Amino acid sequence: MNNIVISVKDFRKTYGDFIAVDRISFDVKKGEIFGLLGPNGAGKTSTLECLEGLRAPNGGSLQVVGIDPVSESRKLRNTIGVQLQSAGLPESITPNEAMKFFCAYHSVEPRFDLLERLGLAEKRNAQFYKLSTGQQRRLALALAIAHNPPVLFLDEPTAGLDVATRVELHGMMRELQAGGTTIVLATHDMAEAEQMSDRVAILLKSKIVSIGTPMEITATGAGLTKISVRTQASCLSASGIIFPAATQSMSKDEYSIYFSSDIGSTLSAIIAHIKAQGDTLIDLRVERPSLEDRFLEITSSGGVQ
Amino acid sequence: MNAFIHHFAFEFRTGIRNKQLLLMNYLFPLGFYLMMGFILAEINPPFREDIIPAMAVFGILSATLLGIPDPLVNARENGIFRSYKINGIPSISILIIPALTTILHLVLVAGIITVTAPLLFDAPLPVNWLNYALIFVTMAIACAGLSVLIGVVSPSSRMTVLWSQLVFVPSMLLGGLMLPYSMLPDVAGKFAQLLPATQAMNALNGLAMGKTAAFSPWSSVIMLFISGILAFGLAVYLFSWDSRNTTRRGHPLLALLVLLPYVVGIFLPA
Repeated sequence: MNNIVISVKDFRKTYGDFIAVDRISFDVKKGEIFGLLGPNGAGKTSTLECLEGLRAPNGGSLQVVGIDPVSESRKLRNTIGVQLQSAGLPESITPNEAMKFFCAYHSVEPRFDLLERLGLAEKRNAQFYKLSTGQQRRLALALAIAHNPPVLFLDEPTAGLDVATRVELHGMMRELQAGGTTIVLATHDMAEAEQMSDRVAILLKSKIVSIGTPMEITATGAGLTKISVRTQASCLSASGIIFPAATQSMSKDEYSIYFSSDIGSTLSAIIAHIKAQGDTLIDLRVERPSLEDRFLEITSSGGVQ
Repeated sequence: MNAFIHHFAFEFRTGIRNKQLLLMNYLFPLGFYLMMGFILAEINPPFREDIIPAMAVFGILSATLLGIPDPLVNARENGIFRSYKINGIPSISILIIPALTTILHLVLVAGIITVTAPLLFDAPLPVNWLNYALIFVTMAIACAGLSVLIGVVSPSSRMTVLWSQLVFVPSMLLGGLMLPYSMLPDVAGKFAQLLPATQAMNALNGLAMGKTAAFSPWSSVIMLFISGILAFGLAVYLFSWDSRNTTRRGHPLLALLVLLPYVVGIFLPA
């Protein structure tokens, strides 16, 4: 069964002599949250804009639910929902008016329940410019999903939001995903990408330099796993103890901290040492390299794997 | 139809809610009308005969040339059109609906002027109401089209002001609002015929106010109508969804084609 919702093959976008995106290919499956990561100028926005039908590609092919975004742009409108980075609404429009206005063009009933759900009920008659940044972004999201699109593009959806709203928004993304919506998430927030995305693609200098699940991407790096250990008698604080595969060590707040390239052998050796010393383990923390660590590693190396 | 109604209702409310548009649609035309009525009509009593057509035309110039282009440029620069495109709002609606709502505001302003001028300033009423309404609407279409076109081809707000003033200021000076067309020197008169205001005042004088037209008044009506339709057509053709989009269907200088009917009109026999 073909469950590919978005298909990008050899996609290329140029602006004059400048190559914004250089022959990239990836697929997004139905019901997947797909993160698109990269520093400014990497080609994320160009990719999104071509998928959204705002720009025409200069090469390759793009398909969104089997629709060509350029030649079938009208068909695309009811298929995708887009939350742009800038809200893109007139200053004087109210959330109520915007909901009626956009839903009317999608030929669906206005979804005022979404305004309530996203905490905009009290502001439903306030003009757009009087809303806070967070409220403007929530309104943009409500409008993007009001016509129940099977594919949703979110560009920095939680930028400038407070923690509670961010959690609410993530919850809503999970609900939409559970309902079968495919979400493409462009973000600079690595923690958000790692937490929310099923798969991510990292774009750098117009090309995809890494693609896979956050776990797969972090596992392929040279990043070291951080092991923090605290024991009752602080038997690890003695100097000169060397554990296999642990390349660095330090002490902080009664914890002995090791950075290991092979977590299994280092951990076994640490536990064996604690036992041998007749000490008692109080706390043990293992922190794998985060997506952010891996992202920084990739970007600082210029994408060389 | 439902989409059109919601869009129209929103744009109409914006014309009152937005302070800049409220100023251009109502406060400026009505304030200027009262000032001209109380001051100029005292200094120059024959102006009473022109106060209704002149102030109605002034209202059109103010609401369209000063009110329509800038919001279009701002909306394009702020990514509002991109958002509209994504949601399937056609470019023709983006351009026509604000023009239509402005025309509705203008009808209200012209109604206030036409009703109050005889009471306040002893101004004569039109002798042919049907022609008065027809010429008013035709002039509003011509100026709304021209204003939309200026908004579409202007690369920035600063350029919008320049282009708008390039039509607005000569219209005020040479368009027959302050001075009768017959008092203009020949060369200035020919130049004035390129302005919609001159054509509208000529048509109103000859067909609605019972006065003598300086040149064929029906030609003026036809020129206004053709230039209005041409302006909307060119605006739709030259429209671009966002300021970063480098592809445009034609060169912005194509917009000058909107002057063609007036240029032809200069060479028509009076």
